[in-house]
Amino acid sequence: MTGRLRAPAAAPEAERATRPGPSAPAAKSAAQRPIVPSTTVTTRALIAVIAIMTFLAGITIGAVSAVSNVAAEWTADIAREATIEIKPGDGLDLDAALAKAVELAKATPGIAEAKALDPAATARLLEPWLGAGLDLANLPVPRLVTVTLAASADAQTLPALREALTRQVPSASLDDHRLWAERLAATTRTAMTIGLAVLALVATATVLCVTVATRAAVEAARFVVEVLHFVGARDTFIVSEFQRHFLTVGLKGAAVGGGAAVALFFLGSTVPSWLRVDQQVDTFVGAMTIDARGYGGIVGVAVLVALVTTLTSRLTVYRTLRGIS
Amino acid sequence: MVRFENVGLRYGMGPEVLRDVTFGIPPHSFQFLTGPSGAGKTTLLRLLFLSLRPTRGLITIFGRDAAKLAADETAALRQRIGIVFQDFRLLDHLSTYENVALPLRVQGREEASYRAEVTELLHWVGLGERMHVLPPVLSGGEKQRAAIARALISRPEILLADEPTGNVDPSLARRLLRLFLELHKSGTSVLIATHDIGLMDQFDARRLVINQGRLTVYD
Repeated sequence: MTGRLRAPAAAPEAERATRPGPSAPAAKSAAQRPIVPSTTVTTRALIAVIAIMTFLAGITIGAVSAVSNVAAEWTADIAREATIEIKPGDGLDLDAALAKAVELAKATPGIAEAKALDPAATARLLEPWLGAGLDLANLPVPRLVTVTLAASADAQTLPALREALTRQVPSASLDDHRLWAERLAATTRTAMTIGLAVLALVATATVLCVTVATRAAVEAARFVVEVLHFVGARDTFIVSEFQRHFLTVGLKGAAVGGGAAVALFFLGSTVPSWLRVDQQVDTFVGAMTIDARGYGGIVGVAVLVALVTTLTSRLTVYRTLRGIS
Repeated sequence: MVRFENVGLRYGMGPEVLRDVTFGIPPHSFQFLTGPSGAGKTTLLRLLFLSLRPTRGLITIFGRDAAKLAADETAALRQRIGIVFQDFRLLDHLSTYENVALPLRVQGREEASYRAEVTELLHWVGLGERMHVLPPVLSGGEKQRAAIARALISRPEILLADEPTGNVDPSLARRLLRLFLELHKSGTSVLIATHDIGLMDQFDARRLVINQGRLTVYD
């Protein structure tokens, strides 16, 4: 068309000649800028919102995962141990009874180790209540045997040991820590329920925040939608341009937030060993250790946030186009 | 090409802003659309550009009933109509070159296939040296010419221009009119909405006068 056109007689050549501007004999094939502006204040704010909410959701997922791991570990530890208690009685040879109990325990299939606590160890256990320098010989203090179950132990191991003790050491009783295990399991269930509830709230807040922020960002770019619409772009083209832009924005924000959460848990689980901190600190930060499932959960929430951003932009652009038409 | 028959339009429950509008835009024609401010010029342009649907009456564009167009069909027809907005509507983050090339880019064409075409048109409208400049640093006249170039780049069969000389001095207004006339000679139907009597007096063309929502045609 333009080839057939003759430039207007007084085309603004003079105006052109007097204006400063880059020398451009022809448009260069430089990469074209994206149609949806990528560096607006709204875009940067949206990336920040996505990063913060992904970080919070990642921390929550990691925390729930860590609590779950610790609870499972503690429960397993308790379930692997039992205690034989031998009460002193008239005419009872306590040391002989202890030796017999240890012998019976070691003879029971599924028991890895049985060890009697000597008087000194027993005195140390009672020290917080009865003070130091305790002479157990003068007190009717029960003596203990710690029993550790082997990996091959089954449901019959402890009942078999209990039966043997009842027959051969009547003054002994076997504590399989079931009460503690049940209490710990109940506490764990409560902690997990609270954790999952918090996770649900954080996930909901994340989705809502990201949705609202994305809508605001699309609204801020409404002018671009209108111009594309008026120059004859099909709706699918406009939607795909915005979708691509917001997928990039979502992935950037989610990568920053999710990456920060992963880094926090990774450092929390490794730094104490590097610094050789004392056991109490190690126990405290050890609770921050998460396994592959925890890291997977954080990556999953980051991907989810990016997808929510993309889907929201798609729906909002379609709604904007319906409004324009 | 375009036919309006007894077209009426109202916004919501308000009064009719266009009443019984009947006219046509024949191929290779040139016309001014004029009338006082608020008479309905921009509304009529929006109907012509398929961004509004009439409340009543029939609009036929390129032989298609405008009321029965699907979204994709509307986009395809819109590619055959060029429009120059009063406020230019250039994208500030794209260069002049990219703004002018936008209608071709949205059609999915490769940049290499239209580079020469866009460059030639930019030179033709006097923006050859300003093609890599962003719109915020262009003057009002340069923005106007960039907007016109964008409307022309897809070789529209109809060009609609809303107050194209509203933001420029009389000298540039004359140059822009010559540009539109040159386009008209090349076969494009041109409709210029303006209330600039001086501009209309420079060229003897058909006038569509709109007043209080009613249109009168002076051939």
